[in-house]
Amino acid sequence: MNTHGIKKVLLLGSGALKIGEAGEFDYSGSQALKALREEGIETVLINPNIATVQTSQGVADKVYFLPVTPDFVTKVIEKERPDGILLSFGGQTALNCGVALFKAGVLDRFGVRVLGTPVQAIIDTEDRELFVARLNEIQVKTIQSEAVTTVEDACRAAEEVGYPVIIRAAYTLGGQGSGFCDDREELVLRATNALAYSSQILVEKSLRGWKEVEYEVVRDRHDNCITVCNMENFDPLGIHTGESIVVAPSQTLTDAEYHKLRELAIRIVRHVGIIGECNVQYALDPNSEDYRVIEVNARLSRSSALASKATGYPLAFVAAKLGLGYGLHELKNSVTQCTCAFFEPALDYCVVKIPRWDLSKFKGVSKQIGSSMKSVGEVMAIGRSFEEALQKGLRMIGQGMHGFVANHELRIDNVEDALKNPTDSRIFAVAKAFHEGFSVDRIHALTKIDKWFLEKLRTIYAVHRDLEKYDSLAAIPDTLFREAKKKGFSDFQIGRLATHGRIDPDEAMLQARRERIRRKILPSVKQIDTLAAEFPAKTNYLYLTYHGCEQDVEFSRDGKSVVVLGSGAYRIGSSVEFDWCCVGAMKTIRREGFRGIMINCNPETVSTDYDMCDRLYFDELSLESVLDITDLESPRGVVVSTGGQIPNNLAMRLHAQRVPILGTTPENIDNAEDRHRFSATCDALGVDQPRWRELTSMEEIYAFADEVGFPLMVRPSYVLSGAAMNVVSNRSELEHFLTLAANVSQKHPVVVSEFIEEAKEIEFDAVARRGEILAYAISEHVEFAGVHSGDATIVFPPQKLYVETIRRIKKIARKIAQALDISGPFNMQLLARDNDIKVIECNLRASRSFPFVSKVLRMDLIELATRVILGLPVEKPNKSAFDLDYVGIKASQFSFSRLAKADPVLGVEMASTGEVGCIGEDYYEAILKSMLATGYRLPTQKKILLSTGPVKSKVELLPTCRTLAQDGFTLYATRGTAAYLLEHGVDAVAVGWPDEPTTDKLSVSQKEAARSSLLLNALDLIQNGTVDLVVNIPKNLSSTELSNDYDIRRSAIDYNVPLLTNARLASAFLQAVCRLNHGGEMQIRSWDEY
Amino acid sequence: MSTARLVLEDGSIFEGKSFGAEVSMAGEVVFNTAMTGYTESLSDPSYAGQILTMTWPLVGNYGVPPHTEKDGFSEFFESNRIWVKGLVVSEYSEYYSHWHAVESLSDWLKREGIPAISGVDTRALTKRLREKGTMLGKLLVECEAKFPDMDFYDPGRENLIAQCSCSEVSEFLPSGKPAANASAPRVVLVDCGAKNNILRSLLNRGAGVIRVPWNYDYTGLDFDGVMLSNGPGDPSHAGETVEILKKALERNKPIFGICMGNQLLARAAGAETFRLRYGHRGHNQPVIFPGTHQTWITSQNHGYAVDPLRLHDAWEATYVNLNDGTCEGIRHRTKPFFSVQFHPEACGGPKDSGVLFDRFLEMVRDGSGT
Repeated sequence: MNTHGIKKVLLLGSGALKIGEAGEFDYSGSQALKALREEGIETVLINPNIATVQTSQGVADKVYFLPVTPDFVTKVIEKERPDGILLSFGGQTALNCGVALFKAGVLDRFGVRVLGTPVQAIIDTEDRELFVARLNEIQVKTIQSEAVTTVEDACRAAEEVGYPVIIRAAYTLGGQGSGFCDDREELVLRATNALAYSSQILVEKSLRGWKEVEYEVVRDRHDNCITVCNMENFDPLGIHTGESIVVAPSQTLTDAEYHKLRELAIRIVRHVGIIGECNVQYALDPNSEDYRVIEVNARLSRSSALASKATGYPLAFVAAKLGLGYGLHELKNSVTQCTCAFFEPALDYCVVKIPRWDLSKFKGVSKQIGSSMKSVGEVMAIGRSFEEALQKGLRMIGQGMHGFVANHELRIDNVEDALKNPTDSRIFAVAKAFHEGFSVDRIHALTKIDKWFLEKLRTIYAVHRDLEKYDSLAAIPDTLFREAKKKGFSDFQIGRLATHGRIDPDEAMLQARRERIRRKILPSVKQIDTLAAEFPAKTNYLYLTYHGCEQDVEFSRDGKSVVVLGSGAYRIGSSVEFDWCCVGAMKTIRREGFRGIMINCNPETVSTDYDMCDRLYFDELSLESVLDITDLESPRGVVVSTGGQIPNNLAMRLHAQRVPILGTTPENIDNAEDRHRFSATCDALGVDQPRWRELTSMEEIYAFADEVGFPLMVRPSYVLSGAAMNVVSNRSELEHFLTLAANVSQKHPVVVSEFIEEAKEIEFDAVARRGEILAYAISEHVEFAGVHSGDATIVFPPQKLYVETIRRIKKIARKIAQALDISGPFNMQLLARDNDIKVIECNLRASRSFPFVSKVLRMDLIELATRVILGLPVEKPNKSAFDLDYVGIKASQFSFSRLAKADPVLGVEMASTGEVGCIGEDYYEAILKSMLATGYRLPTQKKILLSTGPVKSKVELLPTCRTLAQDGFTLYATRGTAAYLLEHGVDAVAVGWPDEPTTDKLSVSQKEAARSSLLLNALDLIQNGTVDLVVNIPKNLSSTELSNDYDIRRSAIDYNVPLLTNARLASAFLQAVCRLNHGGEMQIRSWDEY
Repeated sequence: MSTARLVLEDGSIFEGKSFGAEVSMAGEVVFNTAMTGYTESLSDPSYAGQILTMTWPLVGNYGVPPHTEKDGFSEFFESNRIWVKGLVVSEYSEYYSHWHAVESLSDWLKREGIPAISGVDTRALTKRLREKGTMLGKLLVECEAKFPDMDFYDPGRENLIAQCSCSEVSEFLPSGKPAANASAPRVVLVDCGAKNNILRSLLNRGAGVIRVPWNYDYTGLDFDGVMLSNGPGDPSHAGETVEILKKALERNKPIFGICMGNQLLARAAGAETFRLRYGHRGHNQPVIFPGTHQTWITSQNHGYAVDPLRLHDAWEATYVNLNDGTCEGIRHRTKPFFSVQFHPEACGGPKDSGVLFDRFLEMVRDGSGT
């Protein structure tokens, strides 16, 4: 019932993954596109995120890899003339863009109808003042707040409501620029910062310590409403819901509270006029039924993706159908296939979401968590008890934790402080507190976490103490063993606790597993069916629990099923690109007549959409769980090469337990993973590597340094603080790093490698069969080696490599593929300087760049790899990258603005949270599109601040600066850079470093007097919005940067001025800008038009 | 903690731990899919004779509220006692946390002498009940190292309505300003085991209520409308109520039935009632008014349903359950008589259909209705 007669719909995606806007929108967009295609509607998608599933062939009819900005979208609308547009499936990016298009009259002009929630309703919920007014109309309480536009007004408003207050910036992602302020001083600081992002900020009374509860509401055009799910934050108000452990459904609310908030949510959604999906967040007084509405998100969100996965109710799919005019009762419940979509899921299991942080990847960032979001991903765990789900979840996070207890000792100096001021390891601070004898009451007083949750944690702690009392696994009584499993203890935890460190914990895990199986303590497979078993459901959505006495499903064990291991929580270094690989593998597996079984635990993914596979186990990617599942399913084999490093690391251990691994043998995977063995292989093949050594004393390290010279790349195996890898330029830096930040000993060796400067870095992605390469893609980094490959800007096909270099790389790859007898996907990273090629590493799995090169080349490497893995016949594709008459560029997305104080500089540790890939006629068009897609803006004011660092960078940037100056750009430059430019005949305005006295700090008369001798200050130029681009190239490769440079970089981030910190990239971007000014153009062409 | 055991008539046995009273009980085993509302369900007289299984696995989290009274009846419960014969859960939360709670679920059950079992795979149990239909069962609590023996008990054979109904007539004044009381409409509440929230829903909307026993002939009283309550078991036991109802229909005063009330009104209007395989018990039951796009998520608790086939011509079926197509309501084509199978009074469950009380009282105030 497409009542609006819609034939062609434009869907806006969310672009690169960033903090606050991650993979969940690939899932919602994919679902929406599926819903539209089912109706025979032609779909057009704009999303520069090339690694997503939604931008794959066969999902949308047309894909534009272009920035989701009003300019580009307007041009696409002009060209495509869609009659409908969907704004609520691409996060805040799409929503903001849609509101801008609406306000600019673009939608009206081209007759594009907004499907679903009308734009006015979106504006009503986004603008705080309108929002409060709208809710007042229906007697719904909101948090007392005042919208202000100046710092002075913010202070006045705060005095009125009384401290503590919270400030929020309007129209931002995941609470950006928000924070609590206990006094005026804090407020001034935060308000100044927030006003740089948003023209409006809100000052509110703080309700810290109240419960935080969310509802996901759906409404159709007939005014029918349902709440699909409610969720309760484990962490009370004060911690952003994206930073909080979240439980679904709520656990501590009575029926009266649950339904009071439900009724309010429906009242709000009706009044605002939502059509589709909406999220309502409440603060609920822990001591009465008093409440406040925190916010309403009139779009699909991280919470809605979580709710979809938590309940099995496909919110995005349904929302898209409602946008076309369907009623809820006219749609089918896609889980049961026999009931309709108008119902509210009844859960018979408990869901726990846990955020994943990667704060240690950043320099200078605070580990404290609060009202703005810092986490980069999340996992969802399912159990039939809170303890079971929570402990699963803590393992799924993938940061070396084994659950709530039985972890390696965490260093927390002051537990009380850690409880009071939550950090990314808050939950483990609670464990530590139990260990130190804190009572639940005391922990509650410090954390305000509801005592129900704390008591559950205490129960886990108590079971841990009970297990410790036994001297061996055999001595543990059955009841305790079973109890521990019901409370979510892994075999690893039980093994470790009962063997008291006498044996290797991995061996203890295997022993515990054998002991458990001997006692017939086995998990049950249960279905997620949306209605608690009330009706038979054709659902393939499964999880494991120890609270069961029977299996919900049967296992055919006919050798026709293939298990694919997913990639787990999105994190820095592993995100949506691996989900694309897994989904691709799954599609091929099913197309070839096998049954595909997916195991994954990340609610933001498409791979965990139960439509994508024959069976979905939403569970841990641990040895224990995978073994439990393969024991039951007896699959033909397991695919470990599409889900990134987690499955790759499981290969050998699964193999050791006789689980068939498909593709390259686990031994060979290990041969590539093991640094020593891989080097030996390279040596034997005559393949060069940067010299490296694994060393255990400072003396050895110095000796090695003398041998190969500085700079050196240093990788300690044990890190005290900060990043795990570093490049040092001299002996003192080396000493500094290894004594302060890390630890060198026999037990903790350090890997030291030669660092080759000014080398090109090259990616080689390929598929081989029995050692023969079938297809490959070579791409090059824009930046020189030294920038992590996950942060680098990547060009495909390569534009600046010598033919000879390419030939040599192919030769090396052939040798290695043969030596490791590769069958399946693999990736190599190489260095090239003057045709001198060195291999940095080789992974016998799909890599981050697989979707990018596959899509640019229009050759699906994963499909090919999967066919090889399955042992199916394949034809060697006859396609060469040299035939492409266009260029693809993959650029990285950084989220530094979310990470207060982090130094936004690139190095050997990866820091980007996402990426885009855009296509252009030439290198410059592609680079411009891709960088605009990651949030860079064209410097339209033509004012740039430069400090170009070392001489090499100055030389690199000189021609570009000359062109810019000729084109009328004003180049502000710090002293050294200005001198250099002037010396080379380029006009530049010298400015002072942040710590230099400047004219701004003087009185008017002093200024007059000093005009000739003092300079403008670099920071002022940034803070007052004079410059629209900052280029700041760090002076050296070490972490000890001068604070002046840091201040400039950080200010650029905090004041939302685009920042470039790499000379090669800056040069490329600025040259592209110049070409655009000289009549170059950015073409609006869809993927299939290249 | 003692061991407990749930034995079904098909021979299945579920072992677990006892967390209620140390007594054994027999009854009809049913399941409820709601995720909140155990205090409301346990005190709901419609569960009389039944052993209640919660499909939601974590029960007891927010404890039990105080047993205070307001306007002469329990403020936070649906009646003055627990009506279920036993409670079956996957996990009982020994610790509760809520500002309003005064005791644990376990303590309440013990005080009321009701057994309860935890540690049961309630999903497996639910599937069995779904496949084989509602079964009789025994909740046995181990006593001195052995399980007592007892017979199955079929509550369907008894007139549970008589057991749950009040024994005498009582009157309740509407909430709010006393000045309004004089003009307040008077509604007869036929108590077949009425939930307190039906009473509250009428009083809060400004009606006065005369609560009468299930077999009381109220047709001679001075009233403006009749509210037929929910109640337990098989409606065929309530022949007396139906006979009185037939007389009441003659008076043309608005009549509104809920759940059992729906079944009794249907029987008075010529329809038959039948036993559902495993009933509807939960907070997520979707209903639609056919021919419209109007839907509600409703709270339900019933084992019997109306077969509208033989309804007299003057009557029509209204709401339909979107899950299984069963009849969810009837109404008279011309007179102000209507009833629904679901629970507009909620408690527990969603309040979407609470507007039906408004419609009823509008009819009552109009004196005729449509």
